[in-house]
Amino acid sequence: MKAQASVISYRPKLLLAAAGALVLVVLALLPFYIGLYQVQLLTYGLVAAIAALGFNLLLGYTGLLSFGHSAFFGIGAYSVAFLLRDAGIHSMELYILLGVPIAAVASALLGYICVRHTRIFFGILTLALSQVVYSLALKLFWVTGGTDGLRVPRPSLLAGMVTFTGRDAFQRFIHGYYYYVLVVFAICVVLMWLIVHSPFGKALQAIRDNETRAAFLGLRIRRFRWMSFLISGTFTGLAGILWVPLNGLTTPEVLYWPFSGEIVFMTLLGGFRNFTGPIVGGVIFTYLKTYAVATTEYWQLLLGVVLVLLVMLLPTGIVGAISALAAKLRPKEKSP
Amino acid sequence: MILLETVDLTKQFGDLRACDHVNFVVNQGEFLSLVGSNGAGKTSLVNLISGHLTPDSGKIVFEGEDITATTVQQRIKAGIARSFQIVNLFDGLSVFDNVALAIFSREGKVVKIAALADHDRDVRRETFDVLEQFGLAGKSGAPAGGLAQGERKLLDVAVAYALRPKLLFLDEPTSGVSTRDKTQIMDTVSSVVRAGAVTAVIIEHDMDVVFRYSDRIVMMHEGRFLAQGTPDEIKANSDVANILLGVPLSA
Repeated sequence: MKAQASVISYRPKLLLAAAGALVLVVLALLPFYIGLYQVQLLTYGLVAAIAALGFNLLLGYTGLLSFGHSAFFGIGAYSVAFLLRDAGIHSMELYILLGVPIAAVASALLGYICVRHTRIFFGILTLALSQVVYSLALKLFWVTGGTDGLRVPRPSLLAGMVTFTGRDAFQRFIHGYYYYVLVVFAICVVLMWLIVHSPFGKALQAIRDNETRAAFLGLRIRRFRWMSFLISGTFTGLAGILWVPLNGLTTPEVLYWPFSGEIVFMTLLGGFRNFTGPIVGGVIFTYLKTYAVATTEYWQLLLGVVLVLLVMLLPTGIVGAISALAAKLRPKEKSP
Repeated sequence: MILLETVDLTKQFGDLRACDHVNFVVNQGEFLSLVGSNGAGKTSLVNLISGHLTPDSGKIVFEGEDITATTVQQRIKAGIARSFQIVNLFDGLSVFDNVALAIFSREGKVVKIAALADHDRDVRRETFDVLEQFGLAGKSGAPAGGLAQGERKLLDVAVAYALRPKLLFLDEPTSGVSTRDKTQIMDTVSSVVRAGAVTAVIIEHDMDVVFRYSDRIVMMHEGRFLAQGTPDEIKANSDVANILLGVPLSA
């Protein structure tokens, strides 16, 4: 046992890193084999994955179900639009550098109010506050453009070294921006993985499992929940920042509660008890919604049916079900 | 030397007086048992001392300091820890993480956000030490939710012990386990606590366990202290025998 205590095994982490690198290589090679539209769709999927990854820190790791994460996504998106319109900024790096702190401040403020409650009261509070933000965006049309929203043309990347004008600008942007989002996505995944495996992340899981006992370990429950809310909202805000140049326009729709529902949906789809669940859920949901919208005018009904089936047949989500199946198929270790 | 003292500690729930002007003393280094029938006020007293409940009146003095108005966190920092009547663990975390988290919290490292929890060598070493003391090192990687009841009880105590308290309250550490497991749990807990020079207060219903492991016994009845003394003195007390056998008290 002494040896077990002093030796830290790096093998599982190296295997994980290798698997992650492999996925990254596959994602990097994909644009050479798929069409432009698919690249664009995949970029949307990666953005959704970042939003769901952030959301799941709160749901999967802290045990708090937010129905208001559209607010942070929208605040991220509108930050970019304001920075462009009011400060004349066209650089994606500046959007991120300035937009992320804005999303963080908004998350800190709303989180400070919301984490005073848990369970349904927390959910209702997040929903109510996000609706306040939505209403402001809708009514303060001289600031936000109202229902027309605000246009965000293609920004420059890598401190102005890569711009998108002239012939084939759209195609070059879609490809360039895909790789840009892929890099940010990879950084987000590594960061979130570190967070959930840190002492702080373990404390969040402890609070999720048993709040009373966590308090009797000396953990300041509300402070930890607030920090989790802040990080979660900031990640989702970053997703909003990345989303808006791709979409070219932001409207109050992204602040409206159904979009919060979509973030919940994608997280459940992938599985909120797995680290990779929200990532897979974000990407699959993007495709699912896109094809549902293209297939039928009753796409919301279709998504509703999928959600019902998901909850009934795969309560642990796609990744959860695959993990359970893999565990069943794995040969059992003999006890010593 | 007195480690903890309560002065006229009172707590009322509606018509029920859970603790009625309780003057409770715990001496440094002793293994004390708190006994009494259900509803005697034992758990309420521990809840008041650990900060889980706020007293209606009276005060709590720990190491000469009045801690009545302090928070749970401040009491833990001062050196008071507890386990729970119903096992309270982090079932989704591993056995290792349950104990390590207590150590991270104690060391003020729990807010570390950009470091891997299982890569802190000092915490890792101490976690395995604690798990080994409690006979759980072989299960370090297992989820706490998957342990047998006896192991869960031990882990519950181990998590509280990992806070390195000066005073450790154990609320029915052997409830719900087999007679064989009871002995194993109490042997382990008693030896670890005594080896670590931790003062322990144990709430227990099994009088065999109480008589075997305690230095001193305090009996509560209807929120008050009925008797206290060494195991032999308590054995000889007719009021205690009457309460335990369900016979009315002598006038």
